[in-house]
Amino acid sequence: MSASTLFLVIAVIAIVGFFVGRHRALATADGSIRRLHSLPQYYGSHVAVLSFAPAVLVLAVWSIAQPLVIGGSVQSQILPSDIPEGRDISLVMTEVRTLADGLSLAVSSGDMTAAEADNAQTFIGDLRDRLGALGVALGGDVRPSVLAAAQSYRSATATGDLIRTVLVLALAGGAFLFAFRQIAPDFRARNTVERAVRVILIGCASIAILTTVGIVLSLIFNTIQFFKLYPWQDFLFGTTWSPSFQGASELGILPLLWGTLYISFVALAVAVPIGLFAAVYLSEYATPRVRAIAKPALEVLAGIPTIVYGLFALLTVGPFLLAAFGEDGVLGVNWMQGGTAVMTAGLVMGIMLIPFVSSLSDDIINSVPQAMRDGSLGLGATKSETIKTVVLPAALPGIVGAILLAASRAIGETMIVVFGAGAAARLDLNPFEAMTTVTAKIVSQLTGDGDFNSPEALVAFALGMTLFIMTLGLNVLALRIVRKYREQYE
Amino acid sequence: MYDDIRLAERTDTMTDVKIAARNVNVHYGDNHAIKDVSVDIGDRAVTSFIGPSGCGKSTFLRCINRMNDTIDICRVTGDIELNGQDINDKSVDPVQLRAKVGMVFQKPNPFPKSIYDNIAYGPRIHGLARNKAELDEIVEKSLRRGAIWDEVKDRLNAPGTGLSGGQQQRLCIARAIATEPEVLLMDEPCSALDPIATAKVEELIDELRQNFSVVIVTHSMQQAARVSQRTAFFHLGHMVEFGETGQIFTNPQDERTESYITGRIG
Amino acid sequence: MTDLTQARSLTELDPRTKKRNAAEKRFRAYGVSAIAIGVVFLVILLWNIISAGLPAYTQTSLKLDVALTQEEVDKAESAVVKTTRYRKMIEAAMVAALQDQGIENPFSKSRDLVRMLSTGAPATLRDAVLADPSLVGQTSQFEFFMSSRADGYMKGRVTREDLARDKNLTPLHLDVIDRLVDAGMVERGFNWNFIFGVDASEARPEQAGMGASILGSFYMMMVVLMAAVPIGVATAIYLEEFAPQNWFTDLIEINISNLAAVPSIVFGILGIAAFIQFGGGVMGIAGFKQSVPLVGGLVLSLMTLPTIIIATRASLKAVPPSIRDAALGLGASKTQAVFHHVLPLALPGILTGTIIGLAQALGETAPLLLIGMIGLVATSYPEGFVSGFTEPNSAMPAQIYQWATRADPAFYERAWGGIIILLVFLLSMNIIAIILRRRFERRW
Repeated sequence: MSASTLFLVIAVIAIVGFFVGRHRALATADGSIRRLHSLPQYYGSHVAVLSFAPAVLVLAVWSIAQPLVIGGSVQSQILPSDIPEGRDISLVMTEVRTLADGLSLAVSSGDMTAAEADNAQTFIGDLRDRLGALGVALGGDVRPSVLAAAQSYRSATATGDLIRTVLVLALAGGAFLFAFRQIAPDFRARNTVERAVRVILIGCASIAILTTVGIVLSLIFNTIQFFKLYPWQDFLFGTTWSPSFQGASELGILPLLWGTLYISFVALAVAVPIGLFAAVYLSEYATPRVRAIAKPALEVLAGIPTIVYGLFALLTVGPFLLAAFGEDGVLGVNWMQGGTAVMTAGLVMGIMLIPFVSSLSDDIINSVPQAMRDGSLGLGATKSETIKTVVLPAALPGIVGAILLAASRAIGETMIVVFGAGAAARLDLNPFEAMTTVTAKIVSQLTGDGDFNSPEALVAFALGMTLFIMTLGLNVLALRIVRKYREQYE
Repeated sequence: MYDDIRLAERTDTMTDVKIAARNVNVHYGDNHAIKDVSVDIGDRAVTSFIGPSGCGKSTFLRCINRMNDTIDICRVTGDIELNGQDINDKSVDPVQLRAKVGMVFQKPNPFPKSIYDNIAYGPRIHGLARNKAELDEIVEKSLRRGAIWDEVKDRLNAPGTGLSGGQQQRLCIARAIATEPEVLLMDEPCSALDPIATAKVEELIDELRQNFSVVIVTHSMQQAARVSQRTAFFHLGHMVEFGETGQIFTNPQDERTESYITGRIG
Repeated sequence: MTDLTQARSLTELDPRTKKRNAAEKRFRAYGVSAIAIGVVFLVILLWNIISAGLPAYTQTSLKLDVALTQEEVDKAESAVVKTTRYRKMIEAAMVAALQDQGIENPFSKSRDLVRMLSTGAPATLRDAVLADPSLVGQTSQFEFFMSSRADGYMKGRVTREDLARDKNLTPLHLDVIDRLVDAGMVERGFNWNFIFGVDASEARPEQAGMGASILGSFYMMMVVLMAAVPIGVATAIYLEEFAPQNWFTDLIEINISNLAAVPSIVFGILGIAAFIQFGGGVMGIAGFKQSVPLVGGLVLSLMTLPTIIIATRASLKAVPPSIRDAALGLGASKTQAVFHHVLPLALPGILTGTIIGLAQALGETAPLLLIGMIGLVATSYPEGFVSGFTEPNSAMPAQIYQWATRADPAFYERAWGGIIILLVFLLSMNIIAIILRRRFERRW
């Protein structure tokens, strides 16, 4: 039985269990609910949970482990000569699996008899065409060792699936009977069901940890893979970025980091003053009516998807800046060669970050106690003096935290730089020059060819790792500062 | 250590009127908080406002230096004159007014800055000192007059928020007198303090009378009796009675004042 | 010093106060201008989107009578490249139409004449014939899309000067088009194909539509709804109502707050490594391959999870403890108190948070680029409802990205037009969220 059919069978057993358990509970209490410890449906749920959960758990673990175990044991049958030059064994394993699945498909669709499939070596030359007719695409002609591996993969999988089916069904049935026999009027069914609910909740809460673990693992494994192919010193301290899929790439991260930081700096230089003044005005001066209009208007900027900003940078801001600062531009300065530049991306990213800075700062400024303002106003300070000398210094740690969060956003932003910043990696000071960033290069290295094993593709994971560490560090720092600040006034 | 009600020394001459309020009304949105209050506050004397919670005494106090301007829904009508000038006049700058009419709040609210900077803040914004030496002098003088100099003179650069509650409140009083106001408004300055700190602040208020006109809002009748020369009793937004403190406490004219003083309402 | 203050009158401002008041005014002006700058940017952005995107919603087409004979159709259907003959039919029909209208045909080769039509026109004709064989043997009127250049000319985007270096269209074509407009054969109409049609190859911007990618986005949102919402709500319930104060709870909390700040592109890397490399490659799970809405939806689910958790926790927190106490006081278990009383009261807030999370996921582009939602021309609708999850497709933002990279003004127009659709979706989701919040908001 396939995993999905098994799952359905278990689900049916559980549903039956619910009604049977409920009925049994009422029967043991002679139809009087008051004699039961819990409501009847809890007895039903008890049977359902017990027959469902362990069986599904075993099914899941088995289904994850089986291909790994079988794949590992079959791998030894592959001859080193079958592995194409410069490729990984995983590519051949994919072929083995496709072939094994193809044979199973052929048997189940009646195109081949089971015996034929077992003796596929005899017509190995036709195999590709016959499977191709069924929609199973194989990369090249089937090699004998690959077919042998596929055969043993197929038979091992068949045995494994059989054991799985028996085991899982036995577990579900056994648990069903066990739970059923437990039912008695003073059995505390509600407590076990609630415990199960709690376990499910904890399981869901652990997904957050799993996600982080998944991110870290996927970054680390591939980064290690990359550093095996490319020296880490050259990656971290290299000043040239020129990947070429023909080999002899130079993959130094410094120009990308420089571009990232430069663009983020421009973005913050736009967003921080505007956002901060907007926040001060909204929280200290604006009448409720102005606030009710201006605050949502700014927040609309935050709700616009980044792809829109990207297009805005590429098609509107870039040409506009070029018309002003480029050759034959209005200002006649000829600083800019093309529409994509640090300025373009930075400016647009700054616009995107304005609401981010302003709403965070707004919250923080509002949490400065009114007594502090009264104290200053009562001494005859003007409103702006109060803000500059009392409110903002008091709110400073929180505002610094907000700016760090904005910086982390800027560093991780992708779409705007993909469209606005350009593709050339440069270590340059001219903000009207095209530069590129870590995120933009992750996109360009990982889109297109599906081969993840060349250093040119793997470098994207190392870049992702760098990005992850940078944003995580900034975020942890910012959260710590903001939390300290909150405690101060609570 | 005090008698039941120890009446403050009566040296009240009540010749100069510092602040004259006539028919003051205050609305918070639809709520009529102060109803037709008229009062004369004397120079170089302590005037106390007493009354049950929510009777409008703090609101009225905040009218005197226009702190109510900072609340959007608050409307003030009527005349309040300081030295014969209408403070609600359009041409009056509330900032200048507040430099003359200082305020101390219910909860001590030192700025999260050093003790020195807390005191120097007012003189700095009003430009009272020409140089650092003058500023140092003002700070020291204010801290002395605030009766806290001896406790903080060795740690002027420590944050003001690190002081105890009573010290913080005296720091705030010192901060208020550093700008050389003519009137000092105090909104329940001792409500957050323990009895010992309260006694120190009360002593301080009595000394301040030499130079300033002091208006104090208080919940404690004993405190009003101890520190003030004149007392106004507020009830439900009305000013019920106003007169010499001794008079109010020993021989109140109004029934409500008597009920309050004897503890029947409040 | 006392003299100094005494000397000040309340109504006469001394120079210092004047200066301070001026500074106050300036400061206030900075605030106003900051708000104004923000709002101006917003207005420019929206105006830009609308003015550049609206033309995508109209399309110029040519009404043409084409005579279909059985013989021609049979010939066409038996050829290897089936559309060639249909093109010939259109050519003949056009030449005839010009003659009928008395319009001079400046082209010696009729093939040059039909350049003003979309290269997809023959396929349009063929599809019509296959859909309704009774058309054969008759002369009937068809509407063919004009080519993107001709369409651009009608919309004012393409001028005669632009065509000087253009290989596809010449000013001579434009003369013919002008006459055809006079004859009432060329008209601009609403372009339903843009909303419901599928993407087209680079040579045919006029035929590209958002339909398939809207469906792709819809499937991904279904995945998010089925994966992120239950998990997120369950996590929030656990953390807010059940979790004891211990290191494990702390670990979860730290994880959630940090995940909220991980750049979206990192989730794309996770998608490649965990779902496509590991899940599809090593594990051999059939649905986990590139460009598949299932994978895209799962990646977006992980990304949206923190938003949903944080919103749900906030609305659970807003339910006062007295409700829980009341339920517990009646002898309900903790679980019953939470599921019978707290959760229903928190539901509007949870819903609002969910919708906002979905809106965020809907507009997200970067992770989709990595899992291959681009690079695929989504030229067909999925075959069945269920297979829509696992058939390669695009998504709205990915489709917009793709058009924006095709470097043809006609595609830029489509990209802006696509943004309008995307924003309409986002706007409606946010409006629903606001209405929900307004209607069910409870103050305790």
